[in-house]
Amino acid sequence: MQHFFYNCMGEVLSIKTIAAGAITETVARLCMEANFFLGQDITDAFNKTLGEETSLTGKEILKQLIQNAQIAAENKVPMCQDTGVAVIFLELGQDLQIAGGGLYDAVNEGVRKGYAEGYLRKSVVDHPLLRKNTGDNTPAVIHTKIVPGENLKITVAPKGGGSENMSAIKMLKPSEGIEGVKKFVLETVKAAGPNPCPPIVVGVGIGGTFEKCALLAKEALLRKLGGPSPIPDIAELEKELMNAVNKLGIGPQGLGGRTTALAVHVEIYPCHIASLPVAVNINCHSTRHKEAVL
Amino acid sequence: MPQIKLSTPLADENVENLRIGQKVLLNGILYTARDAAHKKMMELLDRGEPLPFDLRGNVIYYVGPSPTKPGMVIGSAGPTTAGRMDAYTPRLLSLGLKGMIGKGKRTPEVIKAIKQNKSVYFTAVGGAAALISQSIKKCRVLAYPELGPEAIHELYVEDFPVIVVNDSLGGDLYDEGIKIYSTI
Ligand code: SF4
Repeated sequence: MQHFFYNCMGEVLSIKTIAAGAITETVARLCMEANFFLGQDITDAFNKTLGEETSLTGKEILKQLIQNAQIAAENKVPMCQDTGVAVIFLELGQDLQIAGGGLYDAVNEGVRKGYAEGYLRKSVVDHPLLRKNTGDNTPAVIHTKIVPGENLKITVAPKGGGSENMSAIKMLKPSEGIEGVKKFVLETVKAAGPNPCPPIVVGVGIGGTFEKCALLAKEALLRKLGGPSPIPDIAELEKELMNAVNKLGIGPQGLGGRTTALAVHVEIYPCHIASLPVAVNINCHSTRHKEAVL
Repeated sequence: MPQIKLSTPLADENVENLRIGQKVLLNGILYTARDAAHKKMMELLDRGEPLPFDLRGNVIYYVGPSPTKPGMVIGSAGPTTAGRMDAYTPRLLSLGLKGMIGKGKRTPEVIKAIKQNKSVYFTAVGGAAALISQSIKKCRVLAYPELGPEAIHELYVEDFPVIVVNDSLGGDLYDEGIKIYSTI
């Protein structure tokens, strides 16, 4: 909806308005779609690696995963029973107005609705130590960026526990450099072994501060699979890491094979002269994200 | 790959013949339990009370399914990480539990207990939950309904696909598989 105002000069200003209810509906739909429909980029990667995998068990597993995605899409059931914590990225245009409720309330209401109507599992506990299930998968984990313009981009990325638990962050010394980064990524993937349901997608953040670095690693998982970084030396690093990870031999489900990762994505950010933070966010083959622009 | 068909409760000799890497299709009853149900079972054992089901020869499936859509038997139901049950497992094995289905590595203590008690740990394909659900033909809550997806369910399965990871000789497919394919 477009509202018109006059500024002090008597000029007409128009402000785009989005109803909170529309945000709720969109989030609910995206929660379901993300869990039912595996991205084509992932299916393509399954098919590609199926041709390259030499382990018979590994091949069989990849075939099962392709079939699984088909069954989930046809029956509109979640591809994995762990339908995750709802991680939600918002890109909020600075010229936009939201009417009829708070933005985060609208998002959480969408999660509540999507997880109920989609028969998705509720996997969130209210207190990390007392651990009572909130019963509706809220609250979501929400990351917001203010951007120019008047649109709201919503990305819903449900994240399973098995792979999230195998992720790690480390503050390296700058002198450890690129070799230190590679070593840490490989150590993390190796230690994860079968637990994050390989084949995995590896999101790596390098730089920023402690918390920024973790967020970079998470954002790296949202990129279309295998699309290289636009920064040439980072694209090169991604290739090297991908090769090294697939030499570990972990393979599909960790039972041995060539296909340990479907992709390694690296995101970077400037950092302090004394720091070299590295974060590795591991995602399973159920790498789920769906987006919409309002 | 050749597949072996087995029915539950598992016969000792069948389990003793299983070797890592073999593909098995399970038929019959499986019992589901995750962390919370295991904790409750331990409390029963501590009080000397009977468990909700007879462990002898039986198989526990580590799973917390998604809610069941109307008209379906069960929601998506793939394996969860077995490591969270490791602390409880040796005790259950010593009482006659024969098999477990989950994903991920077991501790050396569990692997030792599997060998001592001539039992088996299988993996089902983690994340292939919609596919796996199709081999579950019946499902009912057996105990602890208050735990929701973590309740103990009795599942009746047909040709439920699993792979032998830890066998009664102490073998570990996770270690062996990586050794074969690692080129670093
Ligand atoms: S790690 Fe991913 S695929 Fe595996 S059980 Fe968890 S959410 Fe599902």
